[in-house]
Amino acid sequence: MNTKNVYADNNATTMVAPEVKETMEPFFTNLYGNPSSMHVFGGQVKKFVDRAREQIAALIHADPAEIVFTSCGTESDNAAIRGILAAHPEKKHIITSRVEHPAVKNVFQFLEKNGYRLTELSVDRLGRIDLDELREKLDNDTALVSIMWANNETGVVFPMQEIAELVKSKGAVFHTDAVQAAGKVSIDMNTTPVDLLSLSGHKLHAPKGIGILYIRKGTHFVPFIMGGHQEGGRRAGTENVPYIVGLGKACELALDHLEENKSHIKVLRDKLEKELLQKAVDASVNGDPENRLPNTTNISFKYIEGESILMLLSEAGIAASSGSACTSGSLEPSHVLRAMGVPFTRVHGSVRFSLSRYNTDEEVSYIIENMLAIEKTLREISPFGRDELHAEQ
Amino acid sequence: MWDYSKKVKDHFLHPRNAGQIENPDAVGEAGSLACGDQMKLMLKIDENEVITDAKFQTFGCGSAVASASALTEMIMGKKLDEAAHITNKDIVDYLGGLPVEKMHCSVMGHEALESALHNFRGTSPEPAEEAKKHIVCECFGVTDDEILRIVQENSLTTIEDVTHYTKAGGGCMSCHDKIKGLIEQVVGEEKAQQPPRPAGAKLTNIQKMKLIEETFEKEIRPMLKADGGDIELIDIDGNKVIVSLRGMCSSCTSSTFTLKKYIEPKLKEFVSEDLFIEEVKP
Repeated sequence: MNTKNVYADNNATTMVAPEVKETMEPFFTNLYGNPSSMHVFGGQVKKFVDRAREQIAALIHADPAEIVFTSCGTESDNAAIRGILAAHPEKKHIITSRVEHPAVKNVFQFLEKNGYRLTELSVDRLGRIDLDELREKLDNDTALVSIMWANNETGVVFPMQEIAELVKSKGAVFHTDAVQAAGKVSIDMNTTPVDLLSLSGHKLHAPKGIGILYIRKGTHFVPFIMGGHQEGGRRAGTENVPYIVGLGKACELALDHLEENKSHIKVLRDKLEKELLQKAVDASVNGDPENRLPNTTNISFKYIEGESILMLLSEAGIAASSGSACTSGSLEPSHVLRAMGVPFTRVHGSVRFSLSRYNTDEEVSYIIENMLAIEKTLREISPFGRDELHAEQ
Repeated sequence: MWDYSKKVKDHFLHPRNAGQIENPDAVGEAGSLACGDQMKLMLKIDENEVITDAKFQTFGCGSAVASASALTEMIMGKKLDEAAHITNKDIVDYLGGLPVEKMHCSVMGHEALESALHNFRGTSPEPAEEAKKHIVCECFGVTDDEILRIVQENSLTTIEDVTHYTKAGGGCMSCHDKIKGLIEQVVGEEKAQQPPRPAGAKLTNIQKMKLIEETFEKEIRPMLKADGGDIELIDIDGNKVIVSLRGMCSSCTSSTFTLKKYIEPKLKEFVSEDLFIEEVKP
């Protein structure tokens, strides 16, 4: 193994920030009280939970009382969808997009098998949804619309303001999975009429195992996990105090670093993308270049295969992801890229690099150098040579 | 990340015989771009029908490259007749195993070899043979004879296995019934070849009890449990199997029906024709 380690898979998960780890530590030792307890052990811990709630609310400009702690983004999505439908049993139509994360997609498909009418909005070649199609599909029977804030694979950011306003104007409830967007682009619940929003800790330098569901005041909601009265009766279970405190700190840091997304991360991403596109034999970007997360680039190398690319990147100490069928465990390549109509020849050779504030310019140069060498190696053993490349262009 | 064996990693990172042969005596291809893998095999064959050189080109994942690399090493220096006997299983063994989801990579290697041999003999592929084939899986273009062969060679028993090995059934899933039929066909043929259990074969009491318990565990309980019921084996007296129904089953009005129409036939099928069932109330 080599000494270099470059982590460029931050849409999968992120490093826990050292400040976050430090903030959490006392809660594994001295501060072990149950925040619901009526004694000093509980009371002293409750303050920190309240503080974390404020820090998280600040990141998305919400009221702390609207923040509900969960175990992860997937739980937040499940709780939002099921909690809203349980509160509106008379409505039987639900809308989502074709490019959602499985935490939403699979729940909606399950609901379709259980009596709901499901509309999955299509996307265009750049991965954008069509607001007119959404307008057309909304009707009096629509209980819930769930559309992600930003796509995990391509980084495409959806027009949340327009979508939320449109859904609200038709009287349906709007949920967004903002797991990839939080901490990368600004989110403002004061101005964007989203009803429910999911956020996950481990995508913004908090540990795995903690998430939140934002539930706007006045939203009718039936709790997904029932039991005690925690979280204002919206999510039972003793609070995961160390992780809650950690998430609070991570959100505070994310807010502090929000501008850095433009000044640092986007600069690195643009360099990575630009140089790979220029110097590779055949590479193309997947996703809307205009509305995209600043840290994500999804690049297809035609006629070479994603898992092979990842294995060779890994040999060089570089971590990234691919939409290739071979990396998924199923035989299906990325449903996101297929929904965008990216041809198979490019889907199988797609690689996602996702950066964080911990990446450096030197690391990006290292990725570029290695990626170009890997492209050359794999093209040499691919049966599709330059002839095919030129013939199709 | 897949858990690849050392040998798979080695053959991927340092592929043997990657590249092309000028004026090859035989060329074989397998796979398809839409599926995410494609392999081309080129051979040099001397006048004694010995493979003197083999090279490959592969578009595909780590195990696809490794399978192709392994194949070229395995066939080099072999006579064509010998090489023709190499199966996908041999490739897997050579590589020290493949993750089950990646078995189709070894199958692709085998198919490329077959295609090259046909190409060399100029017989490729016999029209009569071709006419017998029917596409079963439209998504990945897999034929019935291919599935039958892989099921036989690798003793596969489930649709999932077949998908892992051939990709068939991994797309729209509409061919699952057909695949099931093909598996049953192979299992049926194999059963026919085995000497049938002589009618009324004398099972020892212990054998009988074991078989009955096994049948309860594998065949009967899971079905009852799905409906919130359960069954307890109380005793076996000769051919009389005494049971007691539990849970939802004990109060269910159709329980006698379940006993006679479902549980007894299962025991007859898997243990002995002579068995009959009797219920005692708990």
